[in-house]
Amino acid sequence: MAKAELMDYERAIELFEPVLGFEVHVELNTKTKMFCGCANEFGSGANTNTCPTCLGLPGGLPQVNHQAVESSIRLGLALGCGIAESSRFARKNYFYPDTSKNFQTSQYDEPIAHDGEVTVELESGRRVTVLIERAHMEEDAGKLTHLGTTGRIQGAEYSLVDYNRGGVPLVEIVTRMIEGAEADAPEVGKAYVAHIRELVKALGVSNARMEEGNVRCDANVSLRPRGSNVLGTRTETKNVNSLRSVERAVRYEIQRQAAILDAGGTITQETRHWHEDTGTTSAGRPKSDADDYRYFPEPDLVPVAPSREWVEELRATLPEPPAERRARLREAWGFTALEFQDVANGDLLDAVEATVAEGASPAAARKWWTGEISRVANARGATAGELVSPKHVSELVALVENGDLTDRLARQVLEGVIDGEGSPSQVVEARGLKVVSDDGALIAAIDEALAAQPDVLQKIRDGKVQAAGAVIGAVMKAMRGQADAARVRELVLERAAQ
Amino acid sequence: MPDISAEQVRHLADLARIDLSDDELTSLTAELAQIVDSVAKVSEVATPDVPATSHPIPMTNVFRDDAVVPGLSVEQALSGAPEREGDFFRVAPILGEEA
Ligand SMILES: [Zn+2]
Repeated sequence: MAKAELMDYERAIELFEPVLGFEVHVELNTKTKMFCGCANEFGSGANTNTCPTCLGLPGGLPQVNHQAVESSIRLGLALGCGIAESSRFARKNYFYPDTSKNFQTSQYDEPIAHDGEVTVELESGRRVTVLIERAHMEEDAGKLTHLGTTGRIQGAEYSLVDYNRGGVPLVEIVTRMIEGAEADAPEVGKAYVAHIRELVKALGVSNARMEEGNVRCDANVSLRPRGSNVLGTRTETKNVNSLRSVERAVRYEIQRQAAILDAGGTITQETRHWHEDTGTTSAGRPKSDADDYRYFPEPDLVPVAPSREWVEELRATLPEPPAERRARLREAWGFTALEFQDVANGDLLDAVEATVAEGASPAAARKWWTGEISRVANARGATAGELVSPKHVSELVALVENGDLTDRLARQVLEGVIDGEGSPSQVVEARGLKVVSDDGALIAAIDEALAAQPDVLQKIRDGKVQAAGAVIGAVMKAMRGQADAARVRELVLERAAQ
Repeated sequence: MPDISAEQVRHLADLARIDLSDDELTSLTAELAQIVDSVAKVSEVATPDVPATSHPIPMTNVFRDDAVVPGLSVEQALSGAPEREGDFFRVAPILGEEA
């Protein structure tokens, strides 16, 4: 593959105005698939969740998942969309082994939700409104693994198909053209996808794990020469599956297209593939006959006509919009922008909020969740929220604040809690980790340590207070760490003076 | 009603990945034209005030509860596979259409 010429980004923006569009696919976290009772599970054994309906075998008859419709309507409402009075499914016909039905059940002329808008905020504080054209229900396709030298289809000798994902409910959210993003275009893309991800998570309609493909983005990019009002030819970069990649892919396409246009070339309307490893896109198939899907209304399914009462009932279940919630929490917690970002980027807003509700101070809750708990989660390849409950973290914070545990002991207690040994107090009890707060026991250990190191004692008496460190260390060791070092220091200086 | 051309049938066959010989193309073009003509008779009774419909029965909102129903075993699912490898269907790669 020849390496594409790229124009310097700033120069590209001087010469051209980027115009964007996004199609985001959200996998819903229903228990079952869109049109059959097969389990909607990630990571089960290949082809263990199939039936005649999702495989398109004779006799299969699709039936619409009520929960999936409900989730789609709630998502549509959260996007500010209108919900159609009547909405129907259509067959999108194509012949490719990721579906054995030879069509994808989707929606075409009557999507469930239409005409919404979301406002995203960039790091500079700039706010950009993205208009939503539609959000429609459809089913996911099976998963292909290309085997051969490259792992990509070029050069593949054959492909393996797992139909577990085939039929999993999706909502596809399509934006209108986004103009005026200018040099912020890559960040607008990232912020938009982040917004959708956050929204579906807050709604609880998707697991929203981009690394598992729950939220996938196709990015459309075209360039309009400055001073022209004619839209450029667009490319569609498929399956950009991380927030950072959305930003990189948009930037790359702007630079690539600018170089071609500036050299007098033309852009081919085509789908392009994003390569995470090299940070580049490469040409896929041209947009042509292959996009002739011969849509027609799905004869096996009747229309979905949500009553206005149902829609209003669902509207009442919408959570606080994520951006408003963030502003409210930041204010309430009194965090700096950086501290708050730490919590938000670590997906820890829920955890910190719940821990504060259990009585911990926001600062302590933040410290534990973004610190030790995240560190252990990282080391174990888990998410922080599944390791320990907010109630237990709050209890741990209280033990430290009451002086029952030092930070170091608290970390050991946390480990016990994570390993399922019970609540923090139970772990303290079982492991005997409580701070020795009995001054008598400390003084005995201090006197012993001072007697063992007469030279240190002399130094302290001569005013070299920092020499006390050696004695404090010995005492902490004797107490197996279960003492408050500050208190030990106080007592050492007291005893040395006598 | 527009006639069905051999070119249209060729295009449809390409979309459906069906390789047609010239003889098949000729006979299918004639047969398809007949089918389209027959179906077109419906248009004669469908005046503009009759709304388009995809269903004979006016019915909406037929839903299924979101509850798992046992489906096929892996062996059953793969029993019709032209080729398999482990628990996967094995297929020839189709160039230029990476999904
Ligand atoms: Zn199924």
